[in-house]
Amino acid sequence: MAYKFLDDVSIADVEFEATGKTLKELFESAAHALTSVQVKDSRKLSDKEYVLIEKDSDSIEMLLFNFLSELVLIKDADRILFSKFDMKIFPENNKWKVVCKCYGEKIDPEKHELLVDVKAVTMHKFKIEETKNGWKARVVLDI
Amino acid sequence: MAFKNEEYRKPEFKQVSNVVWEVPTSFKKGMKVPARIYAKKSLLDQMDLEVFDQAANAAMLPGLLKYSYVFSDGHSGYGVPVGWCGAFDLKEGIISPGAIGFDQNCGMRLLKTNLTFDQVKPKIKELTDLLFKMVPAGVGATAYQEPKEIANIPEGKFKEIVEEGVKWAYENGYAWKQDLERIEENGSVDYADFSKVSKEAYKRGKSQIGTLGSGNHYLEIQVIERIYDKEIAKKWGLGENENQVCVMVHCGSRGFGHQICTDYLSIFNNAMKKYGINVLDQQLACAPFESQEGQDFLGAMGCGINYAFVNRQLIIYQIRKAFEKVFNKSAEDLGLEIVYDVAHNTAKVEEHLVDGKKRKVVVHRKGATRSFGPGNEELSKIYKETGQPVIVGGSMETGSFLCVGTRKAEEETFGTTLHGSGRVMSRTKAKNLFRGDQLQRKMMEKGIYVKATTMSGLAEEAGDAYKDINEVVDSMHQAGISLKVIKLKPIANIKG
Repeated sequence: MAYKFLDDVSIADVEFEATGKTLKELFESAAHALTSVQVKDSRKLSDKEYVLIEKDSDSIEMLLFNFLSELVLIKDADRILFSKFDMKIFPENNKWKVVCKCYGEKIDPEKHELLVDVKAVTMHKFKIEETKNGWKARVVLDI
Repeated sequence: MAFKNEEYRKPEFKQVSNVVWEVPTSFKKGMKVPARIYAKKSLLDQMDLEVFDQAANAAMLPGLLKYSYVFSDGHSGYGVPVGWCGAFDLKEGIISPGAIGFDQNCGMRLLKTNLTFDQVKPKIKELTDLLFKMVPAGVGATAYQEPKEIANIPEGKFKEIVEEGVKWAYENGYAWKQDLERIEENGSVDYADFSKVSKEAYKRGKSQIGTLGSGNHYLEIQVIERIYDKEIAKKWGLGENENQVCVMVHCGSRGFGHQICTDYLSIFNNAMKKYGINVLDQQLACAPFESQEGQDFLGAMGCGINYAFVNRQLIIYQIRKAFEKVFNKSAEDLGLEIVYDVAHNTAKVEEHLVDGKKRKVVVHRKGATRSFGPGNEELSKIYKETGQPVIVGGSMETGSFLCVGTRKAEEETFGTTLHGSGRVMSRTKAKNLFRGDQLQRKMMEKGIYVKATTMSGLAEEAGDAYKDINEVVDSMHQAGISLKVIKLKPIANIKG
């Protein structure tokens, strides 16, 4: 499970590449990347807050897009950033579905070292590919 | 193994003038019209090659008229470049969130004061610290504790705000009557339809009115550094006192506008199948302008536009309050009047001359500002004589410009010009190269007091991550698309 930020590709925004041995790991990597753009030491966030996300989509790409967009929505609507993801990804009724228990913490500028705000997940260059070692995805976030 | 990066080609430019370059339709298969780049040669050479590829992709969109325009501040974005404009035929053309920018009606507002630098200097820290508190910024920022009614707004009132725009703010005591005519479209569009907005967008927007946001958004206290056109400056009430202090605000529709675009990106991806539209980049998802989906988006976007106008209005309300507290005088006595408010992420139906005939078109401006010249019927009385003010925000180190729109812009570029200085370096690279705390110190030494919610976010906005604003503004000045009136330099900056 890993992610890295890409240099000099998306000039005004932030682009990352996430990998995972399984789709579940890939989604987790991407979700961690999203949190780490917004807060320093993102893995040290507590797990006091809990939100269940359920999404389905026609394709695995749209599923990841919708899942990450939901995390952006919760960041603004409920002011929670997440550090732990317990999820299942599976096909159901000709669609892909993700059910994810997300654990995190309410944003507290006094306590957290906040970085930049992610305003949206974009479809620009959005890609998921199966590789020899599992899966990889490329995502551009609107800053 | 990492994804392979696309390789982009450099077009063979056809030189139209010293500052105008054409990318012919032969550059990329599928281009229906050429692209035109407005920039000095040095800036053209500096542009990342993806800009031309994205301008070419946009030139393939149905119903695009004349050219796919890129201005001197242009850099690659998602979908189309930032610093881009395109006008579409109402019948044949489309509407696309990716060609508007997700931060709907992101824009600039300039406020003047009758204070001088010498009067503000001793109080700059007190004033900036108070503004930093009253205008919340950064990740997850929510409305300041006062006025209470703009925090966690109930749905009924929210509908009123986003359907009425600054008119609501005026009726509720957050705007002066004269503010209305100093905002593009008088601060509200009448086609806003809240029934076309999702519950999710409401949830993101209900607590964010009156907040600055993050990224390149800022609130800056500035001093007039140089006047290029004394006559126009005087008509706009600027430059009569030496070292006059102004306040500039850059922000948009926060999570609300973004959620509207995210929602319609999915809707349009499905609609494109229905209408047989193909795009090379999914981020260019669009729908025919006159289709149900296109009109629904227009109604939702209208709410995003009004939200951004009200957001900037509430910020101005807070700025007036802060100045009153620090200088112990009323905002009226301090002359805290709006100079103008411009949108630089928007799509609007406007009437323009195309092939010698007046017709209605839908002009998309992404990181581009309307630049209407003298006599334009759309302008309020106070700006009809001079042409509209065009506010060009620079990096926090280098200063900003106030320009004026021209008739030439109306003839050549659907009345559109640049919006800022434009980036030359990615955020990730800037963060690796610069350190926020060092930058803050450097700016303090230059006499710019900086308050930021984040040091790494500050590093991403370093002056060296941007093009030289003088060259960028000069390019459009030489092209006659927007003319320089005033240069402003920062003395304090608040960054989210």
